This record gives sequence, C-alpha cells and structure tokens, in this order.
Amino acid sequence: MCALALGLGAVLTGCRSNNNGQNSLHPAGPAAHKIDNLFAVVFWIAVVIGVLVIGGTVYLAIRYRHREGKPDNPKQVHGNTPLEIGWTIVPLVILMVVAVPTVATIFELAKKPTGPNVLNVEVVGKQWWWQFNYPGKQKLVGPKVGNTVVTSTELHIPVKTPVYLSEESNNVIHSFWVPELNGKKDVVPGRTNHNTIEADHPGTFLGTCAEYCGLAHADMRFRVIAEPMSQFKEWLAGQQQGPAQPWTGEVKELTSTKYGCTSCHIFAPTSSDPAANTKAALNAYAPNLVHLASRSTFAGGTQKLNHENLIRWITNAPGVVPMESKRCLVPSAPCTGMPSFTKNTPHGFPKMTPEDANTIVNFLLGEK
Amino acid sequence: MAVTAPPAPVPVPQETKPARGLLHRPTATRGFWSWWTTIDHKKIAILYGGLALFFFLVGGIEALFIRLQLAQPNGTVLTAAQYNTFFTMHGTTMIFLMGMPLAVAFGNYLIPVMIGARDVAFPRLNMFGFWVFLLGGIFIYSGFLWHGAPNGGWFGYTPLTSTPIAGVPGGAGPALPGQGPNFWAVGLVMLGIGSVATALNFIVTILNMRAPGMTLMRMPAFVWMMFVTAFLTVFAMPCVTAALIMVFFDRNFSTNFFLASNGGDPLLYQNLFWLFGHPEVYILILPGMGIVSEILPTFSRKPLFGYAVVVFSGIAIGFLGWGVWAHHMFATGLGPAVVTAFSLSTMLIAIPTGVKIFNWLGTVWGGSLRLNTPMLFALGFIAMFTIGGLSGVTHAIVPADTQQTDTYYVVAHFHYVLFGGLVFAIFGGFFYWWPKVFGRMLDDRMGKITFWLMLIGFNLTFFPMHILGLEGMPRRTYTYAPGMGFDGLNLAITIGAFIIALSVFVFLVNIVYTARRGPIASGDPWDARTIEWSIPSPAPAYNFAQIPHIRARDDFWHRKYTEDEEGRLVKLPAGAADAGEVLLSDEEASKIHVPSPSYWPLVASLGLPILGYAAVFKQPFLAIPGALVLLYGVYAWAMEPSTAPEPDVE
Amino acid sequence: MAQATLPRDDAHGGHDEHGAHARPQTNTGTTNPKLAMWVFLASECLFFGAFIATFLLYRGKSVKGPTPKDVLNIPFTSVTSFILLMSSLTMVLALAAIQRGDHRRFRVWVMATALFGLTFISGQIYEFTEFFRKGLSLKTNVFGSSFFVLTGIHGAHVTVGIIWLLSLWGLSLQGKLHVQNSEAVEIAGLYWHFVDVVWIVIFTVVYLIPK
Repeated sequence: MCALALGLGAVLTGCRSNNNGQNSLHPAGPAAHKIDNLFAVVFWIAVVIGVLVIGGTVYLAIRYRHREGKPDNPKQVHGNTPLEIGWTIVPLVILMVVAVPTVATIFELAKKPTGPNVLNVEVVGKQWWWQFNYPGKQKLVGPKVGNTVVTSTELHIPVKTPVYLSEESNNVIHSFWVPELNGKKDVVPGRTNHNTIEADHPGTFLGTCAEYCGLAHADMRFRVIAEPMSQFKEWLAGQQQGPAQPWTGEVKELTSTKYGCTSCHIFAPTSSDPAANTKAALNAYAPNLVHLASRSTFAGGTQKLNHENLIRWITNAPGVVPMESKRCLVPSAPCTGMPSFTKNTPHGFPKMTPEDANTIVNFLLGEK
Repeated sequence: MAVTAPPAPVPVPQETKPARGLLHRPTATRGFWSWWTTIDHKKIAILYGGLALFFFLVGGIEALFIRLQLAQPNGTVLTAAQYNTFFTMHGTTMIFLMGMPLAVAFGNYLIPVMIGARDVAFPRLNMFGFWVFLLGGIFIYSGFLWHGAPNGGWFGYTPLTSTPIAGVPGGAGPALPGQGPNFWAVGLVMLGIGSVATALNFIVTILNMRAPGMTLMRMPAFVWMMFVTAFLTVFAMPCVTAALIMVFFDRNFSTNFFLASNGGDPLLYQNLFWLFGHPEVYILILPGMGIVSEILPTFSRKPLFGYAVVVFSGIAIGFLGWGVWAHHMFATGLGPAVVTAFSLSTMLIAIPTGVKIFNWLGTVWGGSLRLNTPMLFALGFIAMFTIGGLSGVTHAIVPADTQQTDTYYVVAHFHYVLFGGLVFAIFGGFFYWWPKVFGRMLDDRMGKITFWLMLIGFNLTFFPMHILGLEGMPRRTYTYAPGMGFDGLNLAITIGAFIIALSVFVFLVNIVYTARRGPIASGDPWDARTIEWSIPSPAPAYNFAQIPHIRARDDFWHRKYTEDEEGRLVKLPAGAADAGEVLLSDEEASKIHVPSPSYWPLVASLGLPILGYAAVFKQPFLAIPGALVLLYGVYAWAMEPSTAPEPDVE
Repeated sequence: MAQATLPRDDAHGGHDEHGAHARPQTNTGTTNPKLAMWVFLASECLFFGAFIATFLLYRGKSVKGPTPKDVLNIPFTSVTSFILLMSSLTMVLALAAIQRGDHRRFRVWVMATALFGLTFISGQIYEFTEFFRKGLSLKTNVFGSSFFVLTGIHGAHVTVGIIWLLSLWGLSLQGKLHVQNSEAVEIAGLYWHFVDVVWIVIFTVVYLIPK
C-alpha cells in the first residue's frame, strides 16, 4: 500500500518535471501557484483515502475469501449505527477542512488586480484563433485610443506584472487557458469574463482553447511571451508603429481586388482617423496582418512563420488546418475560417498562381 | 402461517367478436415474430439489453478510432470533422444508447421479479419505450447518411449548436454546418420520450404492484436505486427537452434564445442542460450501485450492511444531485459567490457516496466470500468508483477545477465513474443474473479473464488521462503537437483501449460458447437472497406460480437460513426454500392471465421518426403522415384491451 | 402471520392501462393509470417551468421592439383565459355526469369543454397573427422567441387535450364509456385541469406582472 502511495507520489513528481510549457503542475505565476498548492493538499488527502479504501477492498477480498474446509457460516451483521454515523461524520470533517482554503482561494483569485502597473488586455476568441487587444488609454500602452495594439496568436506580457484580461467572443464559446499561469476562463458571447495572469520569470508559456468550438478547436492555440519590462515596452512600441512597408501597387491589387483578402484581413491602416483604423482592426474577421512577421507562429500557433509555411497557408489553408470553408462556394454565404485558393476557391475568385502567392508572402514577411 | 397468494386475476367475460381494424391481435408468444409484439417485461428486457450491448460495441468502435487517431501526435487516421463526429457520437451513444438502456434492461427484468409482480404496470408502454429507443438510435445514426451526423459534442453547447445553418445575419458563418445538431437535438428529444415513459412505468410498478408484505423497506436495494433513478429521469428529461427545443428553434427558425447579439444568453443553455445533465450522471450510476448492492451480500453470504443507510444515501444523492449542476460551469464566469455555493454542495454530495462505499466494505467484512466473476466485478466497481469519486472531489475544489475542466483529467474522472462504476457493475450484473434470464451459466473462468483484462485495460486507458489533463492536454482535440510529452501516455492509452476491446471480445465469446454448452442453471445457482431466485430459471412468463407473501427483507434467504444466538448462519431443512420454484404445465400456465401481445406500441412509435425527419428537413407535409401514424397507433392501443379475450371458452 | 398483509383497497386498482376489467389491488390504493398521470404531470411541471424560467430571464432583455407593452392586449386575453378556466368547470361537470351514468349530460359537458378549449385556441391564433402584424415574430427579439415558444407549447397541449376530449365524446356516442371505466374521463380531466393551471401561471407571468 505504501508502495502504491509512493508510486503515485513519484508519478506526480514525474509530471511536474514535464516542461512542455503547458503543464498545470509546473506553475509559473502567482495564480497558478495558489491553485497548485491547493491541489497538492487535496491530492495527498485523496491519495491517502484512495489507498486506504482500495487497499482495504483488496485486503478484505483476500482475508475473507472462502476456502475449502473453512466454516461457511459468517456472522450475520446487519449494520452498526455508531460505525455508520462515524463514517458519515469523518468525511464531513475532512471536507470542511478542505473547504476553508478552497473558498479563500476562490475569492482571492477573483480579485481584480490593482496598482499602477496593471496591464489591461482584451482577449477575443474567434473561430479558430485568438485576438489580443492592448487598448490605449492606459498607463503602459499610451494615452490615446490610437495607441491601441491589435495582434493575434502571441500575447506579449511584461514579467512580474499582473495582466488583467477581459475576454469576449462574438461567435461561439471558447476558453482561454494558459495552464502555467492560471486556470481557464470561458469566453462566452454576450459576457465579458475576467482573468488575471502574471509570470514569475521570462519565458514562453503555451495556451490553448479549452472549450470545444467547432472544427479546428484543436488548432486554436496561442502562446504567452513573458519578457522583462524594457523588452516588452520595445515590442509594444514596435507594434504601435505604422506598417513597415507601403501597401501599394501589385500587392494591394492582389490582396484587395484579385483574391479579396481584405474582406477579412487588414494589411494596412486605410483611414486618416486613427480611431477608425483601430476600430477596423478590432472588428476584423481574420487576424490583423500588420506586423505579422514580428510573430514567430501563425495559424492558431500551429505553424512556424516562414516562407514555405505561408505559401502553403495562403494557397490552401484548409490543407494545413481544417476549415469550414465549403460554404464560400455559394455566393454571399459567409464561410468559417480561411478558404482555399487552389481548390474550391471562394465564389467569384480565381485560383491563386504561384507567382502571386510568392508576391503576397514576400510582402507579409516584410511586415516586421 | 398460511402462505396463500391472492387469487390470480379473474377474467371478466369480454365481448368475443373479432376486433376490427387493420391488424388482428397477435397471438404468438414464442418464436421470431413474438419478439415484435411481445409485452412480456422479461423479453423486453432482453431486447433492451441486446440492443444496448450492440450500441456498446458501436460506441466502443468509435472510441477505438478515436484512440487510433490519438495514438501519436498529428495523427491522420481520422479527419478533424470525422473525429468531432466520433467523439460526439461516442458520448451520445454511451450515455443515451448504452448506459440508460442497459440500466432499463436490468430494471425491466428485475423490478417485477424482485417485488413479486407478474409484469410492469404498463406492459405496452414498456414495449413502446423499447421501440422508441430502437428508432431513436437509428434516427440519430441515420445522420451519417446525410453527412449530418451529430458533431457538437454530447452536451452540444450553444451557440455552437444553435447558430443558424445559414450563419448569423450580417455576421459570421455557421458555427457547425450540416444537419448534425438537428439530428442530435431531435433524436435526443425522441429518446427522452422513451426514457420518461419507461421511468413512469417503473415508478408506478414499484409503488403499486408489490407483492403482499413487500413493504418499501423490504425491497431489494436494487429496486430502491431504480426507483430513485426513475424519479430523476422523470424530472430531468423535461429540462433537457426544453433546452433542445430552444436549440432546434434557434438553429432552424432563427429564434434568439442563445444569440447574444440579440439579447440571448448562451449560459441559459448550460444551466438547463446541466440541470438535466448532473441528475443524468446519477441516473447512470445509481442502477450500478443497486446491482453491486445485490451482488455483494450474495457472494459474502451476509446481509447488506446498513440497508437503511444505503437506501437513504441513495435518496440523498437523488435530492442533492439537483443542487450541484453549476459545478460543470466553474470556468464560465459565474462569480465567486455562486461558485462557492456550488463548490460546497458538490463536496456535500461526496458524503452519501462515501457512506455507500463504506457500507459495501462493511458487507464484505467478516463474510465468507466467493470470488466468482460477479463478485470480482462488484469489488472492482468499489475500487474504480472510489478513484472516480475522489477525482470528483478535486473538481469541487474550484480553483483546481479551473485547471482540470475540459481536459483529459475530466475525461479520466467520468470514465472512472461511468466505466469503472456503471460498466463494471453491469458486467457483474450480466454474470450474476445471466442464469436467471437465459437458464444457462456463463463460463466463470472466461468471466474472470474478462474481468482481469478489463481491469488492466481500463486502468491503462484511463489512469494516464489524469496525468495528460494536468499536463495540459485539452479534451475534444483531434490532434496534438509533438514534443509536448503527450506521446508515450497517449500510446499507452490506445493500447489500453484495445485491451478493453479484447475483454469485451472474450465476453462475447463466452455468450456464444455457453449458449449451447453452458451448464444448465438451477433456479438458485448462487444460493442468493432475493425472491427472483425462488422461481425457475429462466423465469417463466407468469414469473410466480403463486404470488409470494413476503415476510422479511431478503425473503428468499430467510426461507433457507436462520441465525443462531451468536448471529451465525444456520441452514434450515431443505424443502422450505423450494416452495416457489414450481414450473406450471402449459395448461396451468395458460390460466394465469398475463397481458397479451400487441402491435400498437410498434405502430405508434413508428410515427416518431417520421415526425423527426419532418423536423430535421423542415418538411411539414412529412409531418402529416407521421402524426397520423402516431395517432392511429395511440387510438388502436387505447381501444385494445390489455388482455385478449379468451379465444373460445368451453 | 399478521405482518404479512398490507392495507388494501379493493375498490380501486388496475393491472393495466384500462382497468375496466380484472382489477387486482394496488399497494397505494390509487390505480396505475391515475398514478402514472400524476407523475407525468409532475414531469410536465418541469417542462413548462423551463420555458417559463426562460421567459422570465429574458424579460426586458430585448434589444429592439416590439416589447410586451406594444403588443399585449390584456382585456382580450383575459376573456379567452376566463373561457379556458370555465372549461375546467364543465370538465368537472362532465366527470360527475359520467360517474352517475348520465351519458347525455356527459356528452353535453365534454363537448362544451372541448368547445371552450377551441375558443381559447382560436383566440391564441388571432393573438399570434395580430402580434405578427405588429412586427413581432419568433425572430424579432428574445421576447418574441420566448413568448411564442412558451405559449405555443401550451397551445399544443390544449390542442392535444381537445382531441382527447372529442375522442371521449365519440366513445360515449358509440356506447363504449360506462360508469366502470369513467376513470378514463377522470384522467383526461386531470390533464385538462393541469393545462388550465399552467395557463394561469403563464397568464400571470406574461400578461399581468408589469415590466
């Protein structure tokens, strides 16, 4: 029995050492630590009870098994009231002991972080990618609406700084989960849910959508990149710059008219009013492509951002990540996800030539 | 001490002119065609059991495909769309087409013979329930023919399932294209009708049809657990039916129940669904607890320890089960106060569950255990269910639950409860009652092989899932990336799943092998306690030659044994026990009035899938024949006396 | 031994759906069909409860009109509600008539009940078309969705009840209803009263509680 308990302990230790960036037993932030500490207590209580009950079952089965020649007239015990009261009350007491820290932690984790350095970020779940908005009008981002940064798939945060997330969706329910930083919080249409994450140390923490949200739910991943404050500020300033290159000529023609990319994506601000540009970026159906090349991954964080992968993606996205794009074949029917431009192109659009694809990808890779 | 049975129902003379109508009353009680019109609760139970077992295999094969897909990262056995369909249908099948019907199969067979009745209260309604189950199952699966197999998960969260097929006006495209959610919603409503009908039947049977002396507190624990289950079914099903109707209207008629942009609230669905969904968990597990509460005393040769406590904890679970639904929603942002309340209520429900486990151990303690296959499964149930219960308590710890919910940790948890619990109990029940139902024993050695393979395969499959979940693997994902440390465990899980499949295969071989060669079972092969063992095996159509008078809990046992001053077992002289085991001659049997076969449950139930297709494909004209068939069946049913008139008396 | 017997009521009971003949006793003294109907109605309470709760949840949540204030015609619906309530009275009279074997009066009262029900349904159809004309449909807003589905499902229940009552009327004409199987009428009555009571709740929630 002790061996079994020790074995389970060893398993737990083994799990803690899996450094995959997405391990709830490998906490890297205050919230995740609190949860982990609470879980560890309950885990060991559960292990002790489990070993006693299962061990007891096995012991009783062996101890009292009938053997030839043994008397076969067991005492007929119908019950034992004190005993039964006892095993009602003991679990009650154990649960009461567990309930106290549980309730305390529930309220602690629900607290809104305060202080001058809190970073507010809006998380928007879309099918099937994450949009992260760093709204302007806050200390760390800038005083104006136009300072707002809209990015996707990679959430940059400064270390040792509480990040207060406001989560929204305009489609289906998703769930935002970075196991090493905090538990998950569902992203429910019609509500704004909040969650606070904070990283103890710099690093990349993986996240994933944890609520089934349709076809490519498994590919709706993201990463949180925690950096020292100076580095974070540098990144933010880079994002707040205009596009790294002009969006004109052939590329503009290909992406806006010929293949209609702009019906979902943003390649560059198009209005002289910064607030209008911000609004357009916030409401775009598909990821904002300005500064795309400053990210290391794309397509829900499933693909490394490089020339080859981007070509595969823009020519035939459903071949990379499954997409509900068949309905684009019908005029005016919206599709869900990115359509293919080589098989089943959206209604009214031509197949994409390799040259055109190359031109677009080269432009995207220049979008530092 | 006269053991006189009340007189068998006296037939009142009936009008003898032949019935009018399309169909003459069926008369066959043996042979192939009798199964179509039977209203014998025992035959219906066999039909339920057989079909549910078939769906168990179908759901199992779906699970094997899922496991093949996940055996390695970036698997290509299934496409994402196929995978989503398979996990949805695996869950839907195992819950609605395997778990509930198997419990109904046991209840159907055992409730009347355990309480000393000749049949259930409404034999034709019973058969109607079976046909609805069959047709509902076919209906849901027929979605595959229209590329519309359900794909929204077994709990079909809105707005994923409720977004209109054409997409939201001016907004995004459809969340789930195709007819999948339609087949799912309509099919579940249909199955719900069958479940409620059956549950009503059980409630009335248990309340009204007990043999003389069979007071409520003398009923076998299994009957009690089915009684609680039936009440849960009757009250839980309407909640989900309402929710499914709203989903159907949202998706097909653009209502706004769950459309946030028009003021709807997606969480309303979750509240309604889990208001059904949590009691549903107990609908699935309480029959298992009942089965185990019968097996353990028999094979320990001791009475159930603390019978009253076992019964009342079952009732307590039934009540508390209504107050914990939001623990499925801890991550949805309910706010700390609500979350705390449901956290505490969830912890509370662990107590009656724990009490049951301790009482079972108390039953085994000091017994004289016969470790036959049923007993092994019952002991396996205790051990596996304990693990599921304990991981359930970690879900009540809300902060921990926010890490665990929607991961493989939850998948592990509910499989320990429903597989380690329900399925282990049901396999134990199969081995225990098989001789009563079919008159032949299943092979015990093959049974033990089944048990050990299943125990090993089960733990190899589901234990690593705890670890996967904690290490960050979300559920319902058709693929995972390499390099996450998930590879080895997933491969082990897949191997485990095939070991489970092997154990089920051995069980099937056992059935086929013993069908001809199995030893003929006596009426009481296990030296058991409850009155169903006092009648011959297989149970005759009339169940009891004479309705027994019940003088004690475990009445049959007390006809065989008594206790000495120390409370030790003393065998009574032979003969006393055999009073009930009388097989009547055909002529004598024909004088006992059991309800006659009928076509109408089948006819009436055929209307439902027609109405269902009319709804899914929005064909109002198809609804008319559907409604007519249903109405015709119901009318003919209502006009038909339950017992056919004597063909020719004298 | 005395403990072997339970109190029994020999007058009632039934082994099957139509306890007109062969009546073994039941443990509770309530016949099987009647007991089943009570449990079924309890189940229906939760069904309607879910829709009523939904309606209440969505009160005042519509993002655009028409709102209840714009469409509800309380005097009109009060009249049809009153008529539905009266049908419960005629139902009682019908049951009393069949129990004393007065078939002619039974047919009159059961037909009156069905006609009152039909009047209510006609009123509901008029109300629905009127609302539709004023721009309220299933799709308009959450009020429209929850109102039409709630009252529509109640209307479907009333319709089933009307068909049931007319069937009893037809059976009586054929001479198939007797004092002995008057329980069939009693059970239909239980259903009918239930549907009426539910309407009282719906009427209060939808029409009377101001918002």
